[in-house]
Amino acid sequence: MTEIVQDTPLVIAGKEYTSRLLVGSGKYKDNEETRLATEASGAEIITVAVRRSNIGQKPGEPNLLDAVPPEKYTILPNTAGCYTAEDAVRTCRLARELLDGHKLVKLEVLADEKTLFPDVLQTLKAAELLIKEDFDVMVYTTDDLVIAKELEAMGCAAVMPLAAPIGSGLGVQNPNNIRFIIEELKVPVLVDAGVGTASDAAFAMELGCDGVLMNSAIAGAKNPILMASAMNKAIQAGREAFLAGRMPRKRFASASSPLDGTFF
Amino acid sequence: MQIIVNGEQREVVNGLTAAQLVEDMQISGQRIAMEVNLEIVPRSTYAEHTFKDGDKIEVVHAVGGG
Repeated sequence: MTEIVQDTPLVIAGKEYTSRLLVGSGKYKDNEETRLATEASGAEIITVAVRRSNIGQKPGEPNLLDAVPPEKYTILPNTAGCYTAEDAVRTCRLARELLDGHKLVKLEVLADEKTLFPDVLQTLKAAELLIKEDFDVMVYTTDDLVIAKELEAMGCAAVMPLAAPIGSGLGVQNPNNIRFIIEELKVPVLVDAGVGTASDAAFAMELGCDGVLMNSAIAGAKNPILMASAMNKAIQAGREAFLAGRMPRKRFASASSPLDGTFF
Repeated sequence: MQIIVNGEQREVVNGLTAAQLVEDMQISGQRIAMEVNLEIVPRSTYAEHTFKDGDKIEVVHAVGGG
């Protein structure tokens, strides 16, 4: 087959990726399901959370990083659950130690338990501290262009506005705002959070996003492995549709078959 | 002496090292990270890092998350 897609790789913090789908590793039944879904998604970047180890943990207890090994995937530790810049920075320092000096992190500082909306003030503060400590920061934020531009100016590696509240599966709620951010920023813009099904992911990519990060849409599906495969295709389809450039919208019909040569 | 490990108070021998704690927790050899009083303790220094009375220690690992 001839190569019809002429796409450039997704570049984050100087590293090239073929897949534009980034996945989380939360909410799966077990590590085996995580492993299979991640594989089916085709993702190269996978987020993990950092949490306390159990005291007296069984020596044979399965470790997430055995299912998604750092040798195979780019592990993206997140600061999920942090409500202050200080906690987020602490989490990133621990993650860097955990992953042998790994610099790429997903920064999220939350503000509200019901919506899980980001606290942009704390996020800006944390981003500044982390960049000073030489982290490559992929930052979860609101779909606010002004804040997105500020995060880019500070030196964030990627800006990741939400499509809808985390885990809501509502799809892109404010496509116009997402489009503003895509058009104005030079760093990669990824939609993070809120995607529910394959069409939502394709839609986000059709807007021109550089990628989509999702967790619940895959892990929360009845068949997560099949949904991971669907998302893999949706991201590629959406990307290709964006690159192809959609036809203009018209209010009325326009026949596809010629009117000349009709014999009736 | 008393130390606090992951929020739990523990009575331990004086001069307990980070390496000994990890062994007690039965997690030696696993991918973990340690913080003592908000400062990272690199894994390469566990053998010589000794705790002091009242130290607040966090031992963490990677779990599923989005």
